[in-house]
Amino acid sequence: MAATRGGRAPALPGSPGMRPLLAVAGRCIRALIGTDDRTACADGARLAGLVGGVLAAAGAKGADLPEDRADTMFHLYDGGGVTALGPAVLIRKSLFDRVSVTGSYYVDMVSNASIDVVTTASPYHETRKEAGLGLDYVYHDARISLSGTHSKEPDYTADSTSVDVTQDVFGGMTTVSLGYTRGWDTVGKHGSPTFSAQANHWQYRFGVTQILTPRWLMSLNLESVSDSGYLQSPYRVARVFGAAVPERDPTTRTGRAVLLRAVGDIGSRSAVHVQYRYFWDTWNISAHTAELGYSRHVGERWLADAYFRYYRQDHALFYSDNFRAEETYMSRNRQLGTFWDAGPGLKTSYAVGRFASRFDVKVNAAYQWLRFQYSDFTDIRTGKLYSFNASVLEFQVSATY
Amino acid sequence: MNLRLFSSGPRTAAIIAVWLAASASLPAAAAMTPGPAPDFTLHSMAGSNLRLQEQRGQVVMLNFWASWCGPCRVEMPRLNRLYQKYHASGFQLLGVNVDDDIRNAVGASSKLGLQFPVLLDTEKTVSRLYDLSTMPSTVLIDRDGRVRYVHLGYKDGYEQTYEEQIRELLRE
Amino acid sequence: MNAHRTLATGLMAAAALLAGCGIQPWVKPYERERLADPMMKFAGEPLADKHREHVFDVREAAHGATGVQGGGCGCN
Repeated sequence: MAATRGGRAPALPGSPGMRPLLAVAGRCIRALIGTDDRTACADGARLAGLVGGVLAAAGAKGADLPEDRADTMFHLYDGGGVTALGPAVLIRKSLFDRVSVTGSYYVDMVSNASIDVVTTASPYHETRKEAGLGLDYVYHDARISLSGTHSKEPDYTADSTSVDVTQDVFGGMTTVSLGYTRGWDTVGKHGSPTFSAQANHWQYRFGVTQILTPRWLMSLNLESVSDSGYLQSPYRVARVFGAAVPERDPTTRTGRAVLLRAVGDIGSRSAVHVQYRYFWDTWNISAHTAELGYSRHVGERWLADAYFRYYRQDHALFYSDNFRAEETYMSRNRQLGTFWDAGPGLKTSYAVGRFASRFDVKVNAAYQWLRFQYSDFTDIRTGKLYSFNASVLEFQVSATY
Repeated sequence: MNLRLFSSGPRTAAIIAVWLAASASLPAAAAMTPGPAPDFTLHSMAGSNLRLQEQRGQVVMLNFWASWCGPCRVEMPRLNRLYQKYHASGFQLLGVNVDDDIRNAVGASSKLGLQFPVLLDTEKTVSRLYDLSTMPSTVLIDRDGRVRYVHLGYKDGYEQTYEEQIRELLRE
Repeated sequence: MNAHRTLATGLMAAAALLAGCGIQPWVKPYERERLADPMMKFAGEPLADKHREHVFDVREAAHGATGVQGGGCGCN
């Protein structure tokens, strides 16, 4: 019954929380190399006991239904000549304590006067609407989620279906998740009613979240995204010796991403979070994303999170600002060029209180400022390398019940 | 670039799915085995000390909970009802709270309107004594002080099983 | 590439290591109070996260592994 596990506790440095972790690792290594007789390694029964310690620590994130909520959000992006804003709503309700249904609706009203648009055409306004439906089901220690989205704008339709499974293992200390998304796009073109192209997408996700100490969590996420079909824009042009030609992208692409994150409670009601993602794909792009943040409870009602995000990427194989010769694949899409973007952000949450003894209302506001700096994309209006600043804003009222 | 890592997405996904399914089907390790319930003394929220052994003669339910544990808060009103219904017949319900900060325990307890004694296990001595592996955990102890039923976690409908087991133990 | 195969092998080995040595969960459920705090979550608000991911997906070539599920658009 006593919780003292067998073995001498080695005198190890480190915080109190880390000592059990280091002690366990040490015992394991000694067992593997045969110097510790007490620990039987590769014991079938032990294996069953360990992996079978699949008791969902009820309250752990993995295998519970997500909480019921109703969110209304206003979003805004402004930068580089593009302004996109709109409302979004999400409603989630659990039924019979086993199933949770989610419905969401997202509207994006875009006024596009970006450098690509103004240098080749004229600014335009467009509205995109996206509807989503999701279902979550809890079975023993696993949560299964099914969802679908339908996005429609005048010249593009995108549908997707996803399946995700999340499971708590190892006494609730580890949460493992697997996911799959399949997407179908239909590409149209303004002014060309006969133009129609398809694009297909496959995404595979794997994630592990691990409790390290009573104060530290970390997670590892892997994702593989494959695309096939018409992956370019029917409007965008590439430059060959200064002359404009329609761009030509390959018809397949596979990209992989690895994300490592850690968050830790550092005392006085504050936490630090850090993450790094590496992305690489078959178009020869490699990208690094890093983020560092500090969160803090302020008073009884406020929670604030200040962070800094940095991103950089290298250009695709077939990308050039100005081609010297005609190639099979040519693109001047700055999204595939060499550039970095970085900036600070602030998220705040205010707990308004409980209404009708059921609804816990919170108001969230998030703002991020970004600077984009391109190394191989020139602003043809000025001849200089292109750069711009952007603001991202989200304002949301949510009620959980 | 020769990318091998989960280059066959479906195959890798299948392997991991089988592993997850296998790990889910293995039996859960028992946290508490039937036998005499380990004795302890804890400070109660009302101010006095409470000893488990002094409850002998009554059917005792120990419920381990915390203010930060979602399912615990859902379970509480149902436990409250069971206490009000069977307390006169010799049923004692002890809520063992494991919050680090007593103020959170007191706040949650008053918000939930708990009628039964709440014991404060801030040092986690009783949690360790009972090898608490899941939150919440409910232990049913009979009139002779023996552990008879253990429930790990809480799902909707568990309170019906609790009621059946309480009635069974009260009849003995 | 060898790096990727190493990563996969490493993950499997770590799992086997943990299993074979019979490690018990070292952070008990009653010690997870700090981890239940909302600021310790990786996922924030679903709608806000989705919007922010969309802003980056449209302008950056990298995508994925963030936990926000896919959906498409012709936004670039």
